[in-house]
Amino acid sequence: MADSAYNTPSEYIEHHLSNNAIALSEHNMMVLHLDTAIMAIICGFVSMGLIWLVARKATSGVPSKTQAFVELLFGFIDDQVKSSFNGDRNAFIAPAALTVFVWVLIMNSMDFLPIDIMAKIYGFFGLHYWKNVPTADINTTFALALGVWILMIYFGIKVHGLKGWTKDLFCAPFGPNPLVWPANFIFNIIEYISKPLSHSLRLFGNMYAGEVIFLLIGMLAASGVYGVFFSSLLGAGWAIFHILIVALQAFVFMMLTVVYLSMAHEGH
Amino acid sequence: MNINFTLIAQAIAFAILIWFTVRFVWPPLLRAIEKRQKEIADGLAAAHEGKISLEKAEIRNAETLDETKQKGAEILNQAEKRATEIVEAAKKSAQEEGDRIITGARAEIDQELNRAKEELRAQVSTLALAGAEKILDKEIDKKAHVAMLAKLAKDL
Repeated sequence: MADSAYNTPSEYIEHHLSNNAIALSEHNMMVLHLDTAIMAIICGFVSMGLIWLVARKATSGVPSKTQAFVELLFGFIDDQVKSSFNGDRNAFIAPAALTVFVWVLIMNSMDFLPIDIMAKIYGFFGLHYWKNVPTADINTTFALALGVWILMIYFGIKVHGLKGWTKDLFCAPFGPNPLVWPANFIFNIIEYISKPLSHSLRLFGNMYAGEVIFLLIGMLAASGVYGVFFSSLLGAGWAIFHILIVALQAFVFMMLTVVYLSMAHEGH
Repeated sequence: MNINFTLIAQAIAFAILIWFTVRFVWPPLLRAIEKRQKEIADGLAAAHEGKISLEKAEIRNAETLDETKQKGAEILNQAEKRATEIVEAAKKSAQEEGDRIITGARAEIDQELNRAKEELRAQVSTLALAGAEKILDKEIDKKAHVAMLAKLAKDL
């Protein structure tokens, strides 16, 4: 809380956790979080664009160091997808997994930008509410999870046919007996609802909590000379630990995407 | 923590990003890596083939070497045999030539000897006759004793 503009700690936290919201119309739902949207789009297109620049000129001969790095990433994703999906992964699932992993990883990494310094820089441009981390906004994680959810249903219908998919809805997991149809259906509906919720809330919760802890550590810095000392020590410690969380949550999100999509291919 | 239009915006961005990756990022990387994998596999297969053909060539080399050695030994044997033959033949012809020369020399010596004897004989008879003439002087009639002298010369 280097900025003396805040009167209470809760004001500081609230300010840093507020999105730059624009009302698109009178309706309550028609609000756009400009910071989330812009940061997410920058993260996504810069990271995938850089990979594309390398992929475009990829040679089968001796690779440059940049290409070798991209190939390492490629191999990592390919191995993960191969271990849980048996179909033609190159057609869609593996590139989708690459997108999810890289995008989420970069969006999570925005957490490493020091909040108060970034707030000063944004303030210089007249932006007084600007959150760095798009994945600490439920809208982003839910959008990704819903996207995967729609793909899940799409592939389920595409692979099994509308009839087969509907049949699975009623005849699995307890069997095709008409007596257990309602139980089957309720089970499947719960599964379909819980998947995107757990998928999105896991990432959101981790990133939001990470940000809150950074804010609490930042507040400690306002409590005096010792506070500054311990706050920088704790901040560094938490940032180092956070590297693990950032990478791990991106990996978990990607793996769940792959697992959900391959489950949709295999059916019950 | 409120769900709003941002979700739609993010979903659209997500869709575009996935499409972009599926369409432009993944295929060239996959192509490059698969091509390299194939090249490496081909290279390894070629190396294996090369190794096998090298082994074959080594075996063939050893065989040829053996054959050549054998042939060389054979030729050497033949040459030795031939040399011995030549030396034997040379010895034999030398022996024959020597024998022939010796025989010739002997014959010549015999001839010389005979001639010398003849000469000696003739001279002895003359000498004997002259000596007898001197000793006997006129006591011996040349004509009366010519037959006896001829007989004496013959007996020498």
